[in-house]
Amino acid sequence: MNAREEILARIRASSGPPSPAPARDYQHADALSPGETLSKFAGRITDYGVLVTEVANETAVADAVREICAARGIGHLVTSPDCPGPWQPQDVMITTDRGLSIEALAAIPAALTGAACAIAETGTVILDGGFAQGRRAISLLADFHLCVVFAAQIVECVPAAIAQMAPAARAGRPFTFISGPSATADIEFDRVQGVHGPRQLDVIIVRTGAASAPRS
Amino acid sequence: MSDFPSRAHTSLKNAQMRRNVRKAVTTIRTKTGRVIAERADWQQLRDAGSAIKTEALGSLDTLLIQLEERIQAAGGVVHWARDAAEARQIIVGLVQATDSPTVIKIKSMTTDEIELNPALEAAGIRPIETDLADMIVQLANEKPSHLLVPAIHKNRAEIRSLFQAEMSRPELTDNPRDLTDAARTYLRDHFTHTRVAISGANFAVAETGAVGVVESEGNGRMCLTLPDTLISIMGIEKVLPRWQDLEVFLQLLPRAATGERMNPYNSIWTGVTPGDGPTAFHLVLLDNGRTRILADQIARQTLHCIRCSRCLNVCPVYERAGGHAYDSMYQGPIGAVLTPQLRGLAEAGSPAFASSLCGACHEACPVQIDIPRILVHLRGAAVEASRATLGGKLSAETLAMASAARIFGNAAMFGFTQDAAGLLGAMVQQDGLLPRLPGLGAWSLSRELPAPARQSFRAWWKQRKPQA
Ligand code: SF4
Repeated sequence: MNAREEILARIRASSGPPSPAPARDYQHADALSPGETLSKFAGRITDYGVLVTEVANETAVADAVREICAARGIGHLVTSPDCPGPWQPQDVMITTDRGLSIEALAAIPAALTGAACAIAETGTVILDGGFAQGRRAISLLADFHLCVVFAAQIVECVPAAIAQMAPAARAGRPFTFISGPSATADIEFDRVQGVHGPRQLDVIIVRTGAASAPRS
Repeated sequence: MSDFPSRAHTSLKNAQMRRNVRKAVTTIRTKTGRVIAERADWQQLRDAGSAIKTEALGSLDTLLIQLEERIQAAGGVVHWARDAAEARQIIVGLVQATDSPTVIKIKSMTTDEIELNPALEAAGIRPIETDLADMIVQLANEKPSHLLVPAIHKNRAEIRSLFQAEMSRPELTDNPRDLTDAARTYLRDHFTHTRVAISGANFAVAETGAVGVVESEGNGRMCLTLPDTLISIMGIEKVLPRWQDLEVFLQLLPRAATGERMNPYNSIWTGVTPGDGPTAFHLVLLDNGRTRILADQIARQTLHCIRCSRCLNVCPVYERAGGHAYDSMYQGPIGAVLTPQLRGLAEAGSPAFASSLCGACHEACPVQIDIPRILVHLRGAAVEASRATLGGKLSAETLAMASAARIFGNAAMFGFTQDAAGLLGAMVQQDGLLPRLPGLGAWSLSRELPAPARQSFRAWWKQRKPQA
């Protein structure tokens, strides 16, 4: 018997009766209004040391990006090939990732991406490689990650986000859940931010519109 | 001798280590307590967590086959390993096939369990641990002492000296910020140049073929994203039936483990994605004693464990004895039940006695594993086994309980009264009055051990002190 058959046989010899599907009596559905959800999200990511900038609509994103770059001394951004024009400031150097080498990516100090979804309760942005997000390495090697989230993408609770991500999961897309900048507590359980991933995460929340809306 | 009592005895003499561990677990307990209290539905989440695990173990064969199909359909390869040796052979072979002289690793207790690093080194492959704490432990040539914070036994000054020596950085201070930056610089080149990574997995989803790693530092993302080849190893019990189940475990795990609403990074991937991440993905499914645990109707809930380490952080024995006393990558209460079951009671039975049955672990566990019940069950089996082999001799488990008594000797007047009852029970057991331990009901002895008994216990201990 090969290993696979033997392990499966051992399992079959030991399994008890199949159990019923579990009861799910925990919170599933969002209870907050969109406004409350947005402010909860902003509060929770601020807790992680994330700088939050709110803008009224997508046309204001480029200005917000420019301001963050100026404040942080960022002169060079990497984006995905489908990064919308209205997100890109004129006076910051922008490189579009079309299969850049790891070394080239690592040399660019900041990344500008969108997101697939966000969770208010946990202060999480979820990337699934979809619109304006690019491949996973973009938001990994940079020191600064600027992430554009539309208010309509923010859900309140974890189950709502998992439900929303189900089609992408079935399509086999790779997910990264990001809750603040990288951190460690390995030395005396003292939290230090900025280990191997980005040292800083900045989130720009766009109050109206949607990530997939046609843009001018 | 190398059993729990002698190792705990060594740890107890190390005052610095005890201070380090106590400081860290106190901090973690405060943080986890705060974010758990935030969720009004915590109990419902725990109920669902344990129900999903029960369900998954009940149809494990179907789920593993489904997982394999999905991963293969997404361009991944699934391997099955009956035991540690087979898993080592598979992984070493896969790395050799890439010709890479080094591999980067993201924290995986499973790779410690199968003792992968020595096997890689024997094959001329250098494994580089990338989790800060694992890196500390590897550089110091030590063993992990905590499931989640493996270097919990070391303080900043000790880590500074280690880094100064190992990285030739005499200017380093003991500020955790500086030490963390030193690790970032040290590992950066390895991340960008190493072509093979080895990881563990926190879960897999049978329905979609997704595999997930939960982490904080970003070293996981580096390992999972940048190399050409990714090899992940996962115990067969980690498979979840459906995507939706993640909504439960992604709430339970971070809150119970690090006391965060969500840990900084979760990576979830399915096979390979063209243009994004590794071009080859291998998942090694490991049995290594798990099916034996599955066959034991009482002990099988051991397999529900999501390795959050909360049971360690609330355990009075762990806090005093430290992780090294368990001589295992699985320490604390879960280690006390898991290690003897994986390695066999005869070889590694003594940690099963390294508990006072106070019940704190059961109460804290996010998937409600009844560790005290499993301990009593295993002790019964171990006593049977040792009685058969050692006759009337003083056996390891009795010494272990005696050692537990020393640990608690420092707590004023046996602050943990239920522990005292447990100790009393153990002595009764040693005297042979209870040939079998009938279950927790038997522990509802007096909640306070009378002073005279404590005296006589100490006198008894003195007489029987083992040769160190
Ligand atoms: S036994 Fe429970 S508390 Fe302990 S590590 Fe496992 S899941 Fe966490």
